Amino acid sequence: MQRHLISAADLTRDDAVLILDTAEEMARVADRPIKKLPTLRGRTVVNLFFEDSTRTRISFEAAEKRLSADVINFTAKGSSVSKGESLKDTAQTLEAMGVDAVVIRHGASGAPYRLATSGWIDAAVINAGDGTHQHPTQALLDAFTMRRRLVGRDEGLGQDLAGRRITIVGDILHSRVARSNVDLLHTLGAEVTLVAPPTLVPVGVESWPCEISYDLDSTLAKADAVMMLRVQRERMNAAFFPTEREYSRRYGLDGDRMARMPGHAIVMHPGPMVRGMEITAEVADSDRCTVVEQVANGVSIRMAVLYLLLGGAVFDAKNVPAVTHTRTEEK
Amino acid sequence: MSKILIRGAKVLGGEPQDVLIDGETIAEIGHGLSAEGAEVVEADGKVLLPGLVDLHTHLREPGREDSETVLTGTRAAASGGYTAVFAMANTFPVADTAGVVEQVYRLGREHGYCDVQPIGAVTVGLEGKQLAELGAMHESAAGVTVFSDDGKCVDDAVIMRRALEYVKAFGGVVAQHAQEPRLTEGAQMNEGVVSAQLGLGGWPAVAEESVIARDVLLAEHVGSRVHICHLSTAGSVEIVRWAKSRGIDVTAEVTPHHLLLTDELVRSYNPVYKVNPPLRTERDVLALREALADGTIDIVATDHAPHPHEDKDCEWAAAAMGMVGLETALSVVQETMIETGLLGWAAVADRMSVKPAEIGGAKGHGRPVSAGEPANLTLVDTAYRGEVDPAGFASRSRNTPYEGRELPGRVTHTWLRGRATLVDGKLA
Repeated sequence: MQRHLISAADLTRDDAVLILDTAEEMARVADRPIKKLPTLRGRTVVNLFFEDSTRTRISFEAAEKRLSADVINFTAKGSSVSKGESLKDTAQTLEAMGVDAVVIRHGASGAPYRLATSGWIDAAVINAGDGTHQHPTQALLDAFTMRRRLVGRDEGLGQDLAGRRITIVGDILHSRVARSNVDLLHTLGAEVTLVAPPTLVPVGVESWPCEISYDLDSTLAKADAVMMLRVQRERMNAAFFPTEREYSRRYGLDGDRMARMPGHAIVMHPGPMVRGMEITAEVADSDRCTVVEQVANGVSIRMAVLYLLLGGAVFDAKNVPAVTHTRTEEK
Repeated sequence: MSKILIRGAKVLGGEPQDVLIDGETIAEIGHGLSAEGAEVVEADGKVLLPGLVDLHTHLREPGREDSETVLTGTRAAASGGYTAVFAMANTFPVADTAGVVEQVYRLGREHGYCDVQPIGAVTVGLEGKQLAELGAMHESAAGVTVFSDDGKCVDDAVIMRRALEYVKAFGGVVAQHAQEPRLTEGAQMNEGVVSAQLGLGGWPAVAEESVIARDVLLAEHVGSRVHICHLSTAGSVEIVRWAKSRGIDVTAEVTPHHLLLTDELVRSYNPVYKVNPPLRTERDVLALREALADGTIDIVATDHAPHPHEDKDCEWAAAAMGMVGLETALSVVQETMIETGLLGWAAVADRMSVKPAEIGGAKGHGRPVSAGEPANLTLVDTAYRGEVDPAGFASRSRNTPYEGRELPGRVTHTWLRGRATLVDGKLA
């Protein structure tokens, strides 16, 4: 039985809507003077980060603390991992200390899946980003942000994103955010278009439930949301594109391009942004850009996921829908 | 030496006959042969093949004795029905001098489970820069005729050309691990639909095919022969087929795992499926079977690649590439080639014994099963079906992709020059 969240593809439409609805309830906690629920009191969650990621780790940590969990932070740097300890031994060591859930960020695609399925540990595993594979809580917080902005905070409850048109722009090839978003948005009924230079689109992308375009301008007029992905400057050295200037001319979002989007359309970015590369300061600082909201929403989403998983929910789209009841009132 | 009478064996899958071994030689084949003075093995309709020959084995000694040694590897070979194996050069130190190849050769002789024919490195340290002393390795006691930087590609076209030319002086052959290095930087699995979803670095078919295309043209240009290791794609098959039709002296091998498994298995992120070249698609698998059947691919070679448990009990990216194969090869070939009707047993003997011995120049191996020939023989219970249990492997390593999978066929007896190395499935 899967008590983990490894991939956005593991979620059914109803699972995903349940998480989004639960996150709305969690968000109300943030509006209170005391931002804390006793739900996970006595439960221990470890944030097992093999890759540097300040914002995702802090977001999970905030979520865990608001649910009153005991939190252990583990970063690979300076730990036994840097002395050659294996993932298996590290995980077993932590579990021996009695953890209920492991939030893992790892540079190797599939590491959370291995952790969850190899019989190494019993704890619930939550993928906080693995290699170029998946980052399911990022996709959930993005969907949450879209639903709030495009459908409405209260009107959105119980709703999916059916018929919404989402454009995702940038380094698709190396992006776990893109993979997770394609899976989840498709499940939620949205129509996704990926935009990138052909060098940054993976071979085999034709099996994905989305459209591919090499031309940003042709997608803008009909987009409800445009999500810009970070493009690492180092990619240039591997000949993925000629220069930064050429990349931003062809695939960067500036004020002129934003003006061609429908009035209600939003600009999203998972961060960290590279201003002047994929997004100009004018766009990043505009009211239409949701990057700061996404960060706030990330905490609510992670609270919802932790709450549901540690409350016994099962996310396994291939077999069963999640069986759980929403229960967020304080006791 | 004593006599052995193998009674009622289907020689190359034909009608049951008796085979009498006298000393190191097959003395007589016929019906109702006298058992007088002979130990009798009731074959009972099992299939008798010439001892199998593996042109591509990693025995790991010297250097990685934690994963395999010449002793454990040759015991695994005998268990799988092999009487000769060619040991790849990527050891520590690399088998790029007469000293190292002689050591490996001598260890094989001492243990006596299987003839070990060392393969010499093409370049010093497998670095692709400077030719190793190929002549010295050939003239050593090991008598090396096959040269390969396997594990790495001889990617420099000039070095490859020179190696192809140079070994002509003594009838050698270069076995190329075809992998364009720049196209496979960070490669973790076959590049395609599955890699796109899993977010694992792609190993594109073109990285293999482009090198094979270059090398068959080089072989043609300098009038040399070239052998292609572990060919894995439908496109590679087309290139080799074209080269052969042009009269280019090229031979090619396929591994058992590329005849059976596909990259869909990588969805489990279980590193037992991590191998180089990677598992490809169903379309490739079918093309490889077809090519082995029509002779475009000459032989089956295991690419037996033992790794210790810790090198596979980890995340995909951190895992070593390779699978053990000696003890399951014949079963996989039975499953994929015999039971599909693509090959008969005589043809399997050709692909797994006769041709590999010919390509590598393994004297006394891959000979006809007939009177007067060396008694290098393998007896197979082809009616058997059972689950693969790595706990029973003779190999020191257990990194098999077939654990728990039901496969047909079981080697019950192996004879190396008339001496039993495997009796009733147990090592002698």
